[in-house]
Amino acid sequence: MKTNEKRSEKQALYLKKIKKNKIFVNILRVLIAVIFFGLWELATDLEIIDGFLMSSPSRIIKTIGELLADGSLYVHVFTTLYETLAGFILATVVGTTVALAMWWSENFRKIIEPYIIVLNGLPKIALGPIIIVWFGNGINSIVFMAFLTAVIVTTITMINGFLACENSKIMLLKSMGANKLQILTKLVLPSSLPTFISCLKINVGMAWIGSIIGEYLTSRQGIGYLIVYGGQVFKLDLVMASTLILCLLAGVMYALVSLAEKLFLKKY
Amino acid sequence: MKTILKLESVSLSYHTKDGEVPALKNVSFEVKSGEFVSVIGPSGCGKTSILSLIAGLIKPDEGRIVFNEKEVKKPDKAIGYMLQRDELFPWRTIEQNVFLPLEISKNKDASRKKEVLSLLDKYGLKDFKRSYPQQLSGGMRQRAALIRTLSTSPDLLLLDEPFSALDYQTRLAVCDDVYSIIKNENKTAVLVTHDISEAIATSDKIIALTKRPSSILDIHVTETDKTLSPLKRREDANFGKTFEILWRELNDEN
Repeated sequence: MKTNEKRSEKQALYLKKIKKNKIFVNILRVLIAVIFFGLWELATDLEIIDGFLMSSPSRIIKTIGELLADGSLYVHVFTTLYETLAGFILATVVGTTVALAMWWSENFRKIIEPYIIVLNGLPKIALGPIIIVWFGNGINSIVFMAFLTAVIVTTITMINGFLACENSKIMLLKSMGANKLQILTKLVLPSSLPTFISCLKINVGMAWIGSIIGEYLTSRQGIGYLIVYGGQVFKLDLVMASTLILCLLAGVMYALVSLAEKLFLKKY
Repeated sequence: MKTILKLESVSLSYHTKDGEVPALKNVSFEVKSGEFVSVIGPSGCGKTSILSLIAGLIKPDEGRIVFNEKEVKKPDKAIGYMLQRDELFPWRTIEQNVFLPLEISKNKDASRKKEVLSLLDKYGLKDFKRSYPQQLSGGMRQRAALIRTLSTSPDLLLLDEPFSALDYQTRLAVCDDVYSIIKNENKTAVLVTHDISEAIATSDKIIALTKRPSSILDIHVTETDKTLSPLKRREDANFGKTFEILWRELNDEN
């Protein structure tokens, strides 16, 4: 319970303890990164490990600087972001729609279920050659790859969320004379919002996997392309720099979804 | 007083892959307007099925159910159903929760909404209109659930063990509470419970059912002082007597 009363000494002590712990955790978090990169830099400087094969933080920063200077970084980042976002949105929309249809018609669900299970088990990368033949050597293939990686998981997660809706609540609505559409809009959809948000979180990761794999298979630009290219020409600095950028992008996107979660799920 | 509800030789079976399970056999009884009637019986005997039938959620295999001189074929907004748990939607405020039946029946009548709000005021939820269910105590939530049931102004209330999810102390208090609201609003009620005391404390008439397939074992008219609250009635001399009779009947049945 919230109170406006003056905080007791013990409460103040307790809050102080929590704050102290938080600071401790944060310091250690930063420290780990500093130590890791510091040792890496030191080891390459002292030539304990080969900077050519292992790269180093200073080389990575230099590479990112070069990419920034010639403007190519924006092109690569934008390309991959576009592919990932497009795949993510398409997968969310299509997956949720299919799950809705499966909720609406039990027979449709029963009929389609084995296909979904088979597709879920199939490694999507196996479809790479087919996708390239159908969608060509370019960005469309990659978007489709990202879409394909995320869509099945979306469908499965969402239909399970819809079906988890309590039967007693459905009964209650029926006793009020509710029709199927009302049960869907008043109960099933709002009660599935937490599932939807956690599904978005999974999808972000899935779409990144799809778009990077897609770029490995066929691309002329993008972060995945930079990584593959860097590996082929033995520019490990480029590979490491691209990986770091990828980490940052995926982290930011995940943080955005988490923010949406905080905004929407206050009441759950 | 006029008869508001009538079950005429109602029989019901459930169908499963393993076969047919008879639940009710030849059940007939009447409920008069303003009466408080309880249905008791061994657990799993099909008490809830009786409410589902009256609510129009399922259809009987044989016999018919007549409510307000019309056969029940589908859910009717003049019948309100209250379940074991409050089933308030956590993403809706108390106000939005109690308006739910009006939304479902597309009743946009502002005066009706006003009346529902005044029910919230009248029964101690005035300051909680904009609160979410999880901020309320179990007793208050059940009261909100009752007001939700009353929002379409039903003539008949069906109560499916509405107190069983509460702890004993709260249960007695909420039972008193719900009873007084129902009487205050002049509603007819059918209560399903496995608690003999609760049935005697609240009801004018008690319908005892046999084991599955259930038929009527006995219809018992209680002789406790109806001016008393359910809690007070538990001290009535007739309470113990009735309890003993029903206890023996149900035990013999098992």
